[in-house]
Amino acid sequence: MTRLAVPKTYKLYIGGKFPRSESGRTYEVAAPDGRFLANAALASRKDARDAVVAARAAVSGWAGATAYNRGQVLYRIAELLEGRRAQFIAEIEESEGVSRAVAAAQVDESIDRWVWYAGWADKFAQVAGNANPVAGPYFNISVPEPTGVVAIVAPQDTSLLGFVSAVAPALVAGNSVVVVASERFPLSAISLAEVLATSDVPGGVVNVLTGSPAEIAPWLASHADVNAIDLVGAGALDWISLEVDAADTLKRVLRPENGQDAAAPALGRISAFTETKTVWHTKSLR
Amino acid sequence: MSFLDYAPAPESRAILSLRDSYGLFIDGEFVDGRGTPFQTISPASEERIAMIANANDADVADAVAAARRAYDRVWSKMSGRDRGKYLFRIARLVQERARELAVAESLDNGKPIKESRDVDVPLVAAWFFYYAGWADKLDHAGLGASPRSLGVAAQVIPWNFPLLMLAWKIAPALAAGNTVVLKPAETTPLTALIFAEILQQAELPPGVVNIITGAGDTGAALVSHEGVDKVAFTGSTAVGRAIAKQIAGTDKKATLELGGKAANIVFDDAPVDQAIEGIVNGIFFNQGHVCCAGSRLLVQENIHDEIVDRLKARLSTLRLGDPLDKNTDIGAINSREQLDRIRELSDAGVAEGAERWSAPCEIPENGFWYAPTIFTGVQTSNRIAREEIFGPVLSVLTFRTPQEAIAKANNTPYGLSAGIWTDKGSRILAVADQLRAGVIWANTFNRFDPSSPFGGYKESGYGREGGRHGLAAYLAPAPIGQAAVARSATKPAITADASAPEPAAKRPRRTQKATTKGSKR
Repeated sequence: MTRLAVPKTYKLYIGGKFPRSESGRTYEVAAPDGRFLANAALASRKDARDAVVAARAAVSGWAGATAYNRGQVLYRIAELLEGRRAQFIAEIEESEGVSRAVAAAQVDESIDRWVWYAGWADKFAQVAGNANPVAGPYFNISVPEPTGVVAIVAPQDTSLLGFVSAVAPALVAGNSVVVVASERFPLSAISLAEVLATSDVPGGVVNVLTGSPAEIAPWLASHADVNAIDLVGAGALDWISLEVDAADTLKRVLRPENGQDAAAPALGRISAFTETKTVWHTKSLR
Repeated sequence: MSFLDYAPAPESRAILSLRDSYGLFIDGEFVDGRGTPFQTISPASEERIAMIANANDADVADAVAAARRAYDRVWSKMSGRDRGKYLFRIARLVQERARELAVAESLDNGKPIKESRDVDVPLVAAWFFYYAGWADKLDHAGLGASPRSLGVAAQVIPWNFPLLMLAWKIAPALAAGNTVVLKPAETTPLTALIFAEILQQAELPPGVVNIITGAGDTGAALVSHEGVDKVAFTGSTAVGRAIAKQIAGTDKKATLELGGKAANIVFDDAPVDQAIEGIVNGIFFNQGHVCCAGSRLLVQENIHDEIVDRLKARLSTLRLGDPLDKNTDIGAINSREQLDRIRELSDAGVAEGAERWSAPCEIPENGFWYAPTIFTGVQTSNRIAREEIFGPVLSVLTFRTPQEAIAKANNTPYGLSAGIWTDKGSRILAVADQLRAGVIWANTFNRFDPSSPFGGYKESGYGREGGRHGLAAYLAPAPIGQAAVARSATKPAITADASAPEPAAKRPRRTQKATTKGSKR
């Protein structure tokens, strides 16, 4: 007699909690062979706005944490993801219909990217900032600071790797994020949210929406309380319109990237979501 | 009981599981040393803690050979990503065994448990955590693309921050791709040997870190061994000078972190409450066994009496005694030899006409102790104003103008650190500009962070530890022509560089060394 499995309900992740969509909507997630896997929440405009509110509330705490602390928390995500390696491999195998080895490679690379970005947390300012030798009796230094709330349309072609590759760099400097997962492969994003919820990442720092990027992204692009938008996974959408919408509030924008290795590790993905602050101070013996 | 009396609150030693004797940690295992073993004692009680192996020249050669093998065969070929993972493991294990390490450190060194527990050990973990993240980011270390590691690093560390100095040395060396032979101080080997157990738990490949114990002759044999590519030393200026002479004309690179005689400058607009705490922390932290200690207090003349009175009142509340007691402020002097030196210099201060005041505290019967002491009426020519005492002794001098403060502060062959206390930001920055010292603390003192470079000007040594500069100290630029090879951020330089030929200039020295056998390339 085989044991009957207990399937998981996949919900949204907003403000550190796992609510259903306020709209009550879901959509079917199926394996490549058509087999039903789960109902994912179909997030609404209201869910996106709730997520932005949660993200905004989380910025001061996350940005105000020491860089060392942020690095430890990001590294902790890698540790917990490693502990759930088997779960993610199985989920990706089913969702994407790939071999165990291919799924494992995706999970391992995702873990290692958390480690890579964790290491940047207390080094990025040393590489991106500098003292400026201004011609006068002034101390002058430029340092990067987080821009605030970053909206992300995650890469659509992978379950986990693209999602991690887009979210991790935005967190390094101290931003909080609202991320729309892959529409086709949303399950690992929600499972990752379970990891985030238990990794000392403060609630609201990462908010995960599942559903239709085409429906949600415009609301995020035009939202006045979003400081930047990463359109890395928006290649199939009318991303130029999104960029136009984002221009209304002069959001920082990253453009779509295609392929399996979209959002490859780069310092530029951290700096894209930072502002440079230059501080002057007089020098005088008197 | 008056309000200043506390019930004893000793930290339990039950957390320790020490061995009766410790060998040398070479090639991933503990082996017997061939020198005469020595004992390490608790300076607070003079009781024996454990017997420690003594490495002779042959042991040094074995350790260097093991480090060379590990460099050639494993560590220099490993990806930065994996080197980083080992360092992250070490950081985590240090965090997990933090209390045990703190107790061992206070037992062996004599420093108060509140310092080993809240300063030393957390910084050790932080140092490994910080440099772990650098291991796969060497392209950003400031030497251009694809920098290469140096090879085998010989590291000799002092007894004042035994485990912390170990972390300062080992973490950046490993992150950059070097292998290590480290010699802890003769009087404080214990935590380094526990650390060796941590390396075994982390499954660090054998030979990547070798820890050999012994006295000065072991250290001298190590830094002068011709199989060594890099020397990193923290200790006295006299020994540092000898090392600099010894390696002159060789290809060995050196980082020397030596003595200091820091000025702590207090202007009359300083926030006095904070300044008093900062002055106390500056010189009485770790019994004054701190190379960057604020041992010369320069006070603006019009507030001299107020500052001295308040300092005396504050020092009278410090609690001297059992280092393992959680309420202890001042622990034991690390050794009888150091205590003798403090007494000798202190007596010289009196003989030269300065006025000595010591806090009225009970001195325990056994062990090595020195009450917090202040000298007033000190002249710049006095020995206590010029020589490093390395103990809980503060020399107070005065000044009238900022220019005079700067002149007096710089009137020393040392240049490690300095402190400035004033409410005027513009004055802090202008004074800092003119101080010839590697670390300037303003309205604070004795702050350390793995991301912040530390090191001295002048005879306080050269090179920096901490931050990007501390990483660069263990790297060399890519050989000409290779820097242009683009490499992805997650697959950095070291793998490819390890197989790269060495610069022609280095080759002759290598080939003439028949004694180091096939262990060298």
